[in-house]
Amino acid sequence: MLISRRAKLSLRTIALLYLLGLLILPVVVVFFKTFEHGFGVAWGWMTTPAAISALSLSLLMALIAVPLNTIFGVTCALVIVRRRGRLAAVLDALIDLPFLVSPIIVGLALTLVYGIHGWFGTFFTDHGIRIIFAVPGMVLATIFVSLPFVVREVAPVLVEVGDEQEQAAATLGASDWQTFWRITLPSIRWGVIYGVILSTARALGEIGAVLVVSSLVAGQTLTLPLLVYQRASQLGPGAVTAAYAAATELAVISLVVLLAMTAFSSRRPQSR
Amino acid sequence: MPRVARRRGGLALGLSTLYLSVIVLLPLAAVTVKAVSQSPSDFWHSVTNPLAIRALAISLGAALLSAAVGAVMGTLIAWVLIRDDFPGKRIINALIDLPFALPTVVAALTLLALYGPDSPFGIHLAYTRAVVLVALLFVTLPFVVRSVQPVLLEIDKEVEEAAASLGASNAVIFKRVVLPALRPAILSGAALAFARAVGEVGSLLIIAGKVQIASLVILNDIESDAPHAAASLSLVLIVLSLIVLVLIRRLGGRVAH
Repeated sequence: MLISRRAKLSLRTIALLYLLGLLILPVVVVFFKTFEHGFGVAWGWMTTPAAISALSLSLLMALIAVPLNTIFGVTCALVIVRRRGRLAAVLDALIDLPFLVSPIIVGLALTLVYGIHGWFGTFFTDHGIRIIFAVPGMVLATIFVSLPFVVREVAPVLVEVGDEQEQAAATLGASDWQTFWRITLPSIRWGVIYGVILSTARALGEIGAVLVVSSLVAGQTLTLPLLVYQRASQLGPGAVTAAYAAATELAVISLVVLLAMTAFSSRRPQSR
Repeated sequence: MPRVARRRGGLALGLSTLYLSVIVLLPLAAVTVKAVSQSPSDFWHSVTNPLAIRALAISLGAALLSAAVGAVMGTLIAWVLIRDDFPGKRIINALIDLPFALPTVVAALTLLALYGPDSPFGIHLAYTRAVVLVALLFVTLPFVVRSVQPVLLEIDKEVEEAAASLGASNAVIFKRVVLPALRPAILSGAALAFARAVGEVGSLLIIAGKVQIASLVILNDIESDAPHAAASLSLVLIVLSLIVLVLIRRLGGRVAH
């Protein structure tokens, strides 16, 4: 299209104003609200025992969920792309379910399976294992919601690189493991990394599913997003700063994630 | 493939299926069983009472609306980011991914600060349907932009120039040349945005207030110990969202994922 300068400028203005109102202003506001009463106050709220425990619990969630989903994601993408077949097609169709299902429903579903009155409730109660309203349930919820990212990033890359090199390696006598480590993994690594970043962001930020299966006890089952929610639901000016302080912590983590995404997205094939 | 590879491929297939079954399918099956293990009239009542109907309408309607607005604005933003040039473009481009990185509860807090009772602009949207829409637009912003960008980059500009030299106006070129090429990408982005929006909770917990979206009604049912009602509404919500999703995908033709 041969767009006049005026039309171009007005499109640019619309796009930038939209992004300013929706994206940029809100983030600036978080930082502003956090440090409104000085850096010390905000730092104090970030380093309360509850906040530190929430941060470490959030990191623990990501540390368990992301590696599991990465191993599953790479395996599953290989199965869907390379093996095909009917069961693989079913897997392909079902893999997006966690994106569609509301996190609240995820929490409900886990309660119905592992809760006291759930399918395996009696079994776990008899063995003294608590899943719902405890950390294991929250881990399961986190795994559920962050499950599809690696598969969805790796599968298109696998399609793009094709399997000629893998076949060549196999013809030359390489074992499956050798082929995977030396040929397949290096060629899909940027897809894997991008998927890991996206799952980490989701695991750290998840609130809906975790909210249902957490007992919301500070120091035990409160993740950082839950802490933000809890502080924001309380009243009083102190609680507001406290909520924004915890939110800033999350925002800083996500800015790091964003930088990583930007750094890696240029290496990712744009084939979606 | 050599025979060994096929056997191990079978193991990989089995393990993937097992993992997906335990983590995702088993819990969802529990919801389904809970929903249908009551009398049909109870099930019918819990999904057709006025509150449930309104919740479903609000959730699906808001998700569809945000996907539609997102499709238009996302395409516009993608166009500006690819075809236009201005200082700071790379930073803006990087910022598009922010909603994927920023935890949704933080997004909610920011929207509350901007459009809540203490709004610096005097805009009071908190606890209304408008703010629900804004929150959904925020969390789904990257989908359409990111799916349209690569296609726009690959489109042959010569076709547009040829059309222009033959006397086609910009409106005609956009409608006949650019839009058909972008349509699959726009719709696949919009489908993802819809799926994300219909299940969105985190950004709405604080700011939705009395706007009863389906997820919050389900949460309320869980907390008031009504698992049958919660499961019924969940099942209907999932089925309806799947139907809408399939319809959106149909509209764009199957898109290679």
